[in-house]
Amino acid sequence: MAFAETPAAAPRATLRASRSTLTFVPLLTLAAMLGPICAGLAGTVLPALGWYPAAGTTALDGAPIRALLAWPGLADAARLSLTTGLAATALSLGIVALVFAGWWGTRPFGMLERLLSPLLSVPHAAAAFGLAFLIAPSGWLFRLAAPLIGWDRPPDLLILNDPWGLSLTAGLVAKEVPFLTLMALAALGQSDGRRSLRAAQAMGYGRLTGWLKTVFPRVYAQIRLPVYVVLAYSMSVVDAAVILGPTTPNTLSVQIVRWMGDPDLGQRLVAAAGAVLQLALVAAALALWRGGEHVVALVGRAWILGGDRGRLDRVLRPLGLMAGVLSAAAVLAGLVALVMWSVAGFWSFPDVWPDTVTWRSWSRHGAGLAEAARMTAVVALASTGIALILVLGCLEAEHRSGRRLTRRGLWLLYLPLLVPQIAFLPGLQTLLLTAGADTGLLPVIAAHLVFVLPYVFLSLGDPWRAWDVRHATVAAALGASPRAVLWRVRLPMLLRPVLTATAVGLAVSVGQYLPTLLIGGGRVATLTTEAVALAAGGDRRAIGVYSVAQTAAALLPFALALGIPALAWRNRRGLHG
Amino acid sequence: MAEGLELAGVRIQRNGAALVGLDHHVRPGEVLTVMGPSGVGKSTLLAFVTGTLSSDFSATGEVRLDGVDITHLPPERRRVGILFQDDLLFPHLSVADNLAFGLAPEGSRSARRAKVEAALADIELAGFGPRDPATLSGGQKARVALMRMLLAEPQALLLDEAFSGLDASLRTQMRDLVFGRARRLNLPVLMVTHDADDATAAGGPVVELTGR
Repeated sequence: MAFAETPAAAPRATLRASRSTLTFVPLLTLAAMLGPICAGLAGTVLPALGWYPAAGTTALDGAPIRALLAWPGLADAARLSLTTGLAATALSLGIVALVFAGWWGTRPFGMLERLLSPLLSVPHAAAAFGLAFLIAPSGWLFRLAAPLIGWDRPPDLLILNDPWGLSLTAGLVAKEVPFLTLMALAALGQSDGRRSLRAAQAMGYGRLTGWLKTVFPRVYAQIRLPVYVVLAYSMSVVDAAVILGPTTPNTLSVQIVRWMGDPDLGQRLVAAAGAVLQLALVAAALALWRGGEHVVALVGRAWILGGDRGRLDRVLRPLGLMAGVLSAAAVLAGLVALVMWSVAGFWSFPDVWPDTVTWRSWSRHGAGLAEAARMTAVVALASTGIALILVLGCLEAEHRSGRRLTRRGLWLLYLPLLVPQIAFLPGLQTLLLTAGADTGLLPVIAAHLVFVLPYVFLSLGDPWRAWDVRHATVAAALGASPRAVLWRVRLPMLLRPVLTATAVGLAVSVGQYLPTLLIGGGRVATLTTEAVALAAGGDRRAIGVYSVAQTAAALLPFALALGIPALAWRNRRGLHG
Repeated sequence: MAEGLELAGVRIQRNGAALVGLDHHVRPGEVLTVMGPSGVGKSTLLAFVTGTLSSDFSATGEVRLDGVDITHLPPERRRVGILFQDDLLFPHLSVADNLAFGLAPEGSRSARRAKVEAALADIELAGFGPRDPATLSGGQKARVALMRMLLAEPQALLLDEAFSGLDASLRTQMRDLVFGRARRLNLPVLMVTHDADDATAAGGPVVELTGR
């Protein structure tokens, strides 16, 4: 027997040339995502210890930490970060779990799902402003209630910016429910939940109890990372906290931004110390949550063993649906309120509608709006364009090498979403300053890329891998090179998910507040930074104009992502799922 | 020089464990049927021949086509055609563009169009060129898929359960069409199937894979 030995990967050996250019794309992608985080964390920790040459101190004596501890608001700020973050996450997850458990697969669920998915792209700042316009003492809810109670002027209540962070928590919940809903839907697509539920129901379990006992554990295992993202985000959010959060004191993250913006450079060291504390708080909360998972698992197992068929179904089902509808309605009604204020003429309390409708606010802000919109588009298109190239390169490299993303790789992908922005962006800004790199457009685009990349990857990864690779085999058998397979077969067939991922990337970039503010050094003004800057002034018409423009900028790409494939493939039935 | 498709000492392993092996010489115009239960590695064997073996597998041995060792060639240069159970027509291209995809990139645009038209008439689908493949019947799709592959002028044809997705009457028709064309073009055919009727219709040698 004299058979030539063929190396394992021999059939694809000749692909090596085309592969070599692709192999470094995953590395480049990792560098683009993790480089700024590592550099930023280093640039935060060193000043927190007292090393900050730009301000003339290299003592490393921990003075900034002592200064931070001396700030009288510290205990309240730290407590707020923990309570709002944990409450917002627990409430969002609870609502999503109850809605799915009670209604998944029913008509009301389908309606709620269609309502929630577009809300995902509404920027946090716009959602927060919208909620503020509803629940403020002079807001829509009180205008509706005024004739019943007999108010002729807004009641003297501290609802917005309440010291417990309740309105902030509500604003976060309204935005995170759509996010977790979408994640849970994706997770359910990969689990055989329907049959498990049917089996449970056949054993006499109620729909809600049956779902919680059989399907939820599987779904939670899949959405654990997104839940952690919600927790880390809710604890350290800045834009929503500026709009809805407490002011005496601010939440820790908002206070850090204040210190960063202080003309006294020395305050940046305190900011750095605060950022380290914020990072530690998030790490502690994640550990606490992880412990909570074990407790819930223990209690849940006992509940399952008890065999209860669903005593609580009757109460919890309508409760879940109401909570879900309420959270969607809050964002939608808030958006309507923003639109109304943007075109409102004279509008006195307690009138439900403005006396007149006018374009005056829009034309007054026209010039600034156009400039901010242009800047928003430049940053969003550049960062999303780069992200798309890198992600497609990664996925194609994965396809050609046959190596799949590992579990550890998935964690790396989520890292930019788990490390709070406020923990490393101040450090990144400090580094850029120290290095003499002018803060400006390019660093802002690079900073946006850190957050756009994971979302584009997560959005495109599943549909990309779900593509039937036998199409590639057939195309190759027909003489098409790997490059031709990619450009002439795979990308056209995956036009819809590619455009959806693009829209996701654009929406993420449009909504970014902190990277634009800190890395742009205040000189890159986007719709988001302009809108949030208006929060302190309280000019509702200006806020309405900028928030509506910001929301439109995030929603328009989704409309295009729906419309373009429908138009391009209008005569191709096989491409309409 | 040995004409046809030769599998010389082909052995495929998954994670180091032997999965499937084959030594056979398929002569031009002959159909070799490989049978066996699912999971025995029939499709994996074909993936080795087309050059699309997944990295979970390793293989030794040689594939020779008309005496030329193609084991190390990239899939697109092997000139080995393949038909699957599904037609796998590209859903974003018209029927005519699907056929043109397989044509070698030479000749004028009008000449290529004429070739596609002739091919359509050949499979009794004249005038179907501009159609969306999704609007075709199962039998029509199968014919387009076959013709698309033949227009690429392969030197060998692989069939991966190619007739399993068709209902009984259509299956007979497609078998006759595919085997007839292959014989006329003098193509060596390697067919994997779990359907004994396929083997009978092919009329060639049969190899049973038992797995281990």
